[in-house]
Amino acid sequence: MTTVEARGIGKRYRKFVAVDDVSFTLEPGRTTALVGQSGSGKSTIAKLLLQLERPTTGQILVDGEPVARRGAAAARYRRTVQMVFQDPYASLNPFHSVGHHLERPVRLHHRDLTGPQVRERVLHLLERVRLTPAEEVARRRPHELSGGQRQRVAIARALAPEPGILIADEPVSMLDVSIRLGVLNLLATLQREEQLAVLYITHDLATARHFSDDILVMYQGRIVERGPADEVILNPRHEYTKLLAEAAPNPERRIKNLQA
Amino acid sequence: MSARVPVPRTAKLRAGLVIGGFIVLFGLLGPLVVQDPSRVDDIGLTGPGGGHWLGTTQTGQDVLAQLAYATRGSLTVGAVVGVLTLLLSAFFGIVGAYAGGWVDEAFSLFTNVMLVIPGLPLVIVISSYVPDKSLLLVSLVLSLTGWAGSARVLRGYTLSLRNRDYVLASRVAGERRWRILGVEILPNLIPLLASQVVFAVIFAILGEAGLSYLGLGASGSFTWGTMLYYAQNGLALRLGAWWWFIPPGLLLALFGAALSLVNFSIDEVINPKLRDQTRAARRGWRMSRAQLEKAKEATL
Ligand SMILES: Nc1ncnc2c1ncn2[C@@H]1O[C@H](COP(=O)(O)OP(=O)(O)O)[C@@H](O)[C@H]1O
Ligand SMILES: [Mg+2]
Repeated sequence: MTTVEARGIGKRYRKFVAVDDVSFTLEPGRTTALVGQSGSGKSTIAKLLLQLERPTTGQILVDGEPVARRGAAAARYRRTVQMVFQDPYASLNPFHSVGHHLERPVRLHHRDLTGPQVRERVLHLLERVRLTPAEEVARRRPHELSGGQRQRVAIARALAPEPGILIADEPVSMLDVSIRLGVLNLLATLQREEQLAVLYITHDLATARHFSDDILVMYQGRIVERGPADEVILNPRHEYTKLLAEAAPNPERRIKNLQA
Repeated sequence: MSARVPVPRTAKLRAGLVIGGFIVLFGLLGPLVVQDPSRVDDIGLTGPGGGHWLGTTQTGQDVLAQLAYATRGSLTVGAVVGVLTLLLSAFFGIVGAYAGGWVDEAFSLFTNVMLVIPGLPLVIVISSYVPDKSLLLVSLVLSLTGWAGSARVLRGYTLSLRNRDYVLASRVAGERRWRILGVEILPNLIPLLASQVVFAVIFAILGEAGLSYLGLGASGSFTWGTMLYYAQNGLALRLGAWWWFIPPGLLLALFGAALSLVNFSIDEVINPKLRDQTRAARRGWRMSRAQLEKAKEATL
């Protein structure tokens, strides 16, 4: 069980401040939604947490300790925090099979496993994300899969190192509306089974409310509002959150408005 | 490797491979069966027929024998330059772009310097300073002046690949830096590398032919270029000895065309839009013709 804390992290690209003084904690078993419009700095936060970018200010702490950038501790951190990328058409290597995408993280994080054991784990991962028959899917290449199937592969890949923390960066925004809920439900099930700490990045308030415990609202690189999901949605305080809540499709209110 | 680069088996590719294959086979096997290309005979300049299928040169040397050795010579130049260009451009283009930082700065500065050095004049200068040149030296000079363009192209594409999500994903998975380059990035560069090498081979063979034709090529070896040079010196054109200059010229043109055909097919792998373009264009025309008909009917 691992807890990751961002303490006052910020990221500047030359003069442009993409993320400014952001703090939050990701705890096992809880889903935190990070909501904000495009360009507000959500993906930058994900990259900072994954150490793909170095924060210009602030710190990331794992169980209270600052994260290491090198050595064994850094490798352990790699295993702890995993990510599902936004675009499943870009996050899988067109040259490699589905099996390759899962085999590598399994091998990297479980070095003592034999070939057949790795194979078995790969197939098990595919079954867990409901991609069956697993043997056949493992042989395929990304271009032979639909967007939803690709995103399931990406989820399986993120689960391969058995992480404690999962970042999902707009995991369904590139998918067909009809299959979005399926993928989100799968993520929620896996989160419950593994007691994962999930950072669910989205610009959709409705799914943020439905799938998460807490909501962070981001606007121009800053967190402008935070709290329990229902609280933030039902009693938005900040102007920007109110605007978002107004804009979100809300069937009940629309029907009420029509009747009135 | 668990996957392959998809190669569309088009007519272009097939034609290119067949023509190129025949010429390569001729270059490999021809010299084994023909007579000594330098053997002088007192029959002088004679047309095809008798013991000489492609006739003889002014000094009675067998043209077919010369052609076989010349094919081998030109292909050797192409192969050496192709391999050296691949190594140099991959090292300075791909490794530089992937490493980033000052390595990239230094490599790309060096590449740009090599790029602005005018190739052919330099080759001519070097060639005229070294009087006794081997075929290998000529190939070396051609590779040194030719790799920079490829390196630039490869650098640009590598820069775009290294920030793709699947590369970030393998970093997140904990993959080592150099393994990412070798296993995740390099396979996606194969079509581009192939097309750069094919281009380098064409450039080398034509460049060598040009140098030899100017009398600046390798001394004492046969290539298509040297054959043309001697044919020109021997006044083959004025004497109407077509069998002397047409065969090397034709093979040169055919091999260049074959490699270009292969290159077109590789380009289509890199950029599938290219493949559909002609078809899409045709469809577009048909549509506008139909509209034209309709418009005509409407006005009648
Ligand atoms: N590598 C970078 N260099 C410069 N600016 C960047 C870079 N990455 C992101 N940005 C900028 O930071 C801002 C936030 O981007 P991002 O975190 O991707 O937003 P979001 O994911 O919320 O849409 C954007 O304005 C973007 O242009
Ligand atoms: Mg984003």
